[in-house]
Amino acid sequence: MQSSFSLSLSSASPITGRSDGGATSTAPDLFFSSTTTPSQLRFCGLRREAFSGCKSSNNALLLKQLRPMKKISASSSRNGTPSKGFDYDLVIIGAGVGGHGAALHAVEKGLKTAIIEGDVVGGTCVNRGCVPSKALLAVSGRMRELQNEHHMKSFGLQVAAAGYDRQQVADHAQNLATKIRNNLTNSMKSLGVDILTGFGTVVGPQKVKYGKVGESETLITAKDIIIATGSVPFVPKGVEVDGKTVITSDHALKLETVPEWIVIVGSGYIGLEFSDVYTALGSEVTFVEALDQLMPGFDPEIGKLAQRVLINPRKIDYHTGVFASKITPARDGKPVTIELIDAKTKELKDTLEVDAALIATGRAPFTQGLGLENVNVETQRGFIPVDERMRVIDSKGKLVPHLYCIGDANGKMMLAHAASAQGISVVEQVSGKDHVLNHLSIPAACFTHPEISMVGLTEPQAREKAEKEGFEISIAKTSFKANTKALAENEGEGIAKLIYRPDNGEILGVHIFGMHAADLIHEASNAMALGTRIQDIKYAVHAHPTLSEVIDELFKSAKVKSDVPSAVAEPVAV
Amino acid sequence: MSSSLLQSRVPTALSFSSSIAGGTKPQWRFTSAPAVTFTRRTRNSTIHAKIREIFMPALSSTMTEGKIVSWIKSEGDVLSKGESVVVVESDKADMDVETFYDGILAAIVVAEGESAPVGAPIGLLAETEAEIEEAKAKAAGAGSSAPSTPAASAPSPPPPPAPVAAAPTPVAAPVAADGPRKIVSTPFAKKLAKQHKVDINKLVGTGPFGRITPADVEAAAGIAPAKSSAAPVTAAAHAPAAAAAAAPAKSAPTFAEIPGATIVPFTTMQAAVSKNMIESLSVPTFRVGYPIITDALDALYEKVKPKGVTMTALLAKAAAMALVQHPVVNASCKDGKSFTYNSSINIAVAVAINGGLITPVLPDADKLDLYLLSQKWKELVEKARSKQLQPHEYNSGTFTLSNLGMFGVDRFDAILPPGQGAIMAVGASKPTAVADKDGYFSVKSQMLVNVTADHRIVYGADLAAFLKTFAKIVQEPDSLTM
Repeated sequence: MQSSFSLSLSSASPITGRSDGGATSTAPDLFFSSTTTPSQLRFCGLRREAFSGCKSSNNALLLKQLRPMKKISASSSRNGTPSKGFDYDLVIIGAGVGGHGAALHAVEKGLKTAIIEGDVVGGTCVNRGCVPSKALLAVSGRMRELQNEHHMKSFGLQVAAAGYDRQQVADHAQNLATKIRNNLTNSMKSLGVDILTGFGTVVGPQKVKYGKVGESETLITAKDIIIATGSVPFVPKGVEVDGKTVITSDHALKLETVPEWIVIVGSGYIGLEFSDVYTALGSEVTFVEALDQLMPGFDPEIGKLAQRVLINPRKIDYHTGVFASKITPARDGKPVTIELIDAKTKELKDTLEVDAALIATGRAPFTQGLGLENVNVETQRGFIPVDERMRVIDSKGKLVPHLYCIGDANGKMMLAHAASAQGISVVEQVSGKDHVLNHLSIPAACFTHPEISMVGLTEPQAREKAEKEGFEISIAKTSFKANTKALAENEGEGIAKLIYRPDNGEILGVHIFGMHAADLIHEASNAMALGTRIQDIKYAVHAHPTLSEVIDELFKSAKVKSDVPSAVAEPVAV
Repeated sequence: MSSSLLQSRVPTALSFSSSIAGGTKPQWRFTSAPAVTFTRRTRNSTIHAKIREIFMPALSSTMTEGKIVSWIKSEGDVLSKGESVVVVESDKADMDVETFYDGILAAIVVAEGESAPVGAPIGLLAETEAEIEEAKAKAAGAGSSAPSTPAASAPSPPPPPAPVAAAPTPVAAPVAADGPRKIVSTPFAKKLAKQHKVDINKLVGTGPFGRITPADVEAAAGIAPAKSSAAPVTAAAHAPAAAAAAAPAKSAPTFAEIPGATIVPFTTMQAAVSKNMIESLSVPTFRVGYPIITDALDALYEKVKPKGVTMTALLAKAAAMALVQHPVVNASCKDGKSFTYNSSINIAVAVAINGGLITPVLPDADKLDLYLLSQKWKELVEKARSKQLQPHEYNSGTFTLSNLGMFGVDRFDAILPPGQGAIMAVGASKPTAVADKDGYFSVKSQMLVNVTADHRIVYGADLAAFLKTFAKIVQEPDSLTM
């Protein structure tokens, strides 16, 4: 049986002269920005290090095949001829995942590209974020499984008491970060991207200077500039971070200690993932959440189930509707103290005394010292204002020509892969092809055990939109309990939820909670990115038995009105 | 307090303690008053028959503790049956509590603003003035939760469930504490308490900063502590030790008691020996013996003895020289996964001392000459006698020598100390008839040495080769003096 086909289409997007300025968006993402609080979104997946995919404007298809190495060296020669009068075609400030994605795509498009990095290549995601945290979560997943005697017995397995070596776990995370960082650096070097060391500052239109602190600075000119400086952990006022007992994710990822009892301030993605790590390693966890319910930002139904599985049975308790107004590190033989005030009345409600506190209240844009005043740009709560094409908007509401901002620094969607996608979108534009990224098709995942993933709208968001625009929505759900592969793995806990329009079969959102949810979401996110409708995708075949059948079932159980024309009317023999 | 609220309440069950169960129906100020426990409960009825304890009443079926809003009566006031004595705040309302005994309020045990669990004594009632002092003494002895605690010290709800200092009573023993304190319990402790219906407010935390840990709740619920979920394992070597330590706890074997036996607890040194011996059980050992002719060694010994050289030094030197050629026998297996080759050869020598056993170490025995070794040995023995040995002087050995030859023991086998690769047991050198390779018999002094080794790193052939080298050195001992 033929099980796989290999497609080899190259990205033959014709270069058709730049469409500067004026072009208005045809796919505004206003809905997304109005319903998401960026500070609560922080999780990431890493784009393939050496090769970047490319998404062209909304609903258009662009497939790319991995290129053999030969072709890379060929393309590196393309990074050599800047436009007249400029040192570079494109200068990117910040070599995180966003800047990296943009750089690779720029070289592919024949732009002479430089990337400025003041710290280490890879940025937050690779060094202090999603990458090392995945290493810790890989450990916690295994610990969890080995400790679950009931689970093991149901397989007929006998396992003696599982233990771990903290330093080795920490080393695993560090080694992974180092490895991925080297891969990233090498991928840019092999393409001939100039990696300039130092902090980059915009000194005027199409002008950037860079240099290490205290050393002489170099001025370079570029036809276009992308700011991709990312973010740092947000620490609310009143919180004293000492890096030992009161920590941020930066410290936590080093896993220097495993406290007996840790408070996690914030129950978003970062907090949830760390609660998974810490409880698996034997800590007890107390969540402090400012909103009235845990896990804000998730679809409520998914959140409820996730709480039943990820919080309630574990050594976790929580305080909701409270702010941690004052956090004092452990010192002089006293524990870490945390003052909780009511989120509404601001009255002191409780004081916690614990061994450690992790501040996971989101991330703040890292945009200081960028010289934005030189181009008359004012940040909003630190974020650089941009339009839907990532073009920077100045204080008068006008676009700053040739200046773009991608990733966490613009706050549109604080995800590593979103930054990369935005970077690619910008490169498409500067190389002459209009492109607007559809943020609603960007998936997100939380790597707890089991995982949570989502793309598009939550049910309340979809209902709001439906009411505003006057259409109906329907919900379809399938359970992992009905899936053969999930049952074989004894992991029947989980659901997949589809929010769609029954009138035309458009997918509005998909939410998955269950085993490998983070990997399963892409069938839905790709369908959304490509504009595939349910009535079409439901005929696609899934291998049996696999977890992907959960999604297959989901599409099949959706009830799309029968008179909707389907693109694939009949299976075509090939 | 609100009387209207009380009027509307359904009377709940009256709960009296047995001593007044047959008594007259008490009088209530409110017709629909809830249950009030107000009883005479004495520890020793013959002596304290006239001192009654006033207990925290159960004002509602869900009430587990109550807070004293105010004492209507003061210490020394004469009470008559039916009078209100104290106002208690339950989880639902404030209520007056009355007495149904005449007497004198001798002592207030739980002050205003403090809380006590249902059933805990909150005051003492004396029948006559003569008993007031006695009652006061009793109250004072009961705890430091003195009535002098100002009401103002009580924070607003939720009230700190200040455990009442218990009078000597068999009631659900509340915890003695210094006054109001914050109950800190970990998330899992709270979950367990709920699950096992343990009142967490009555527990005393043993965790860091006095917090209540899951183990405290489990102890209170009388259940075996759950298996430690994810204890970090720092060294693999700890695991077997822990297992061994846990084993006796699980199935402590009961030995028949022989009357008249004396039980002498281990000294620290003996306890350490015991622990090491148990740990040694986790190492797979084997033994290889070897006969060695010692005539030449004995001759050498006679020659160097006047210079202060001991047999121990000779054997240690010989062993060290052999170890130089067989480093694997000087190695150790620390994690079950690798060889640890030691950079120096430190010969530990087992010494029986003061009813214990210790192994002073001759460091770098391969490098020091015989005389220095002998001198060092003398020092070590002196120190061991006077218990002056520093840890590095008895735990840094890489190979151990145990010699029972002086007692006439012809052979024995030694237990391999944890952390080392091999130990040599040396028997007495005795005249023995031996045949040489040509078949001629002769009588020679011969001793048997028996080496115990860790078979994870030292294999039979290694040990045999080592013993062959050792025997050669002992049989041609001139190299020892070089």
